[in-house]
Amino acid sequence: MAVQVDADPLRIAGRTLHSRLLLGTGGFPSLTLLAEAIRASESELVTVALRRVGVGGNPNRSSLIDVLVGEGVELLPNTAGCFTARDAVLTAKLAREAFETDWVKLEVVGDEDTLLPDAPELLKAAELLVDEGFVVLPYTTDDPVLARRLVDVGCAAIMPLGAPIGSGMGIRNPYNIVLIREAVQVPVVLDAGVGTASDAALAMELGCDAVMVASAISRAQDPVAMAGAMRHAVQAGRLARGAGRIPRRTYATASSPEEGLADF
Amino acid sequence: MIYLNGKPRESSREETVATVLGLLDLEPDARGIAVAVDGEVVPRAGWAQFAIPEGARVEVLTAMQGG
Repeated sequence: MAVQVDADPLRIAGRTLHSRLLLGTGGFPSLTLLAEAIRASESELVTVALRRVGVGGNPNRSSLIDVLVGEGVELLPNTAGCFTARDAVLTAKLAREAFETDWVKLEVVGDEDTLLPDAPELLKAAELLVDEGFVVLPYTTDDPVLARRLVDVGCAAIMPLGAPIGSGMGIRNPYNIVLIREAVQVPVVLDAGVGTASDAALAMELGCDAVMVASAISRAQDPVAMAGAMRHAVQAGRLARGAGRIPRRTYATASSPEEGLADF
Repeated sequence: MIYLNGKPRESSREETVATVLGLLDLEPDARGIAVAVDGEVVPRAGWAQFAIPEGARVEVLTAMQGG
């Protein structure tokens, strides 16, 4: 398995990733569990948020980076919590200063209840950040036209949602995910909505190049076990996609020969 | 007076970004930190010199679990 997967790395903007599972660090009850989940997931790229020093009730603020560096993962800062292109651009610039990476998972949301992306602000922010030299991975709705627009302004990958962030509702519109895969040439990373391993496998079977998972792992009853399950699901889905599934049929197709059947 | 991470803070001296980091118990070259003053990024190389104007909004940010 490892050989097959290693021979099939994911490439985004010149970076090669051997794991097609991106991990969000939000929601883990402890940094110890986060570190164990990173190991179980074998993820190489993990997201972090940018927040004020000394708030948020996280006494481990300084050691989060130490843990992530210790696990040997690359950081993908997000702009979570931003509602305007202006705030998202400033947050991305600050993340570049803090973490010395020009990669950004661009989130510009338009609604507090659903945390759904605000398409016009997202597109505006993406364009500004690409112009500033960022490698932009936008969190977007499952809209193939918007995906194409984001690629047109220079985004390095597209991160469409399967369902709202943290909802665990899986992929609500698999047809749109397929359309997005067909609409753009850059990697498609399913982001948000994954609830359990089968959702991640489905994303890969639909043709996604990678899956990003946060809450489904961090808020699982056993986050480390779920991290392992997600790793296998992403690999299984990728292999199944390559293997080519059989077409769906209404009626049965016998898998045993009808010729030579005994006549009792 | 400056607004440090949203809270008003009296200051008797002229603060730089570096001295403000000290107010938050951070080393002047703390890793994984970024600073914005009045909505503009202050690059790390300028922390020691950048004088913070009276009434400025200073945001000192770091990594937190998320996403």
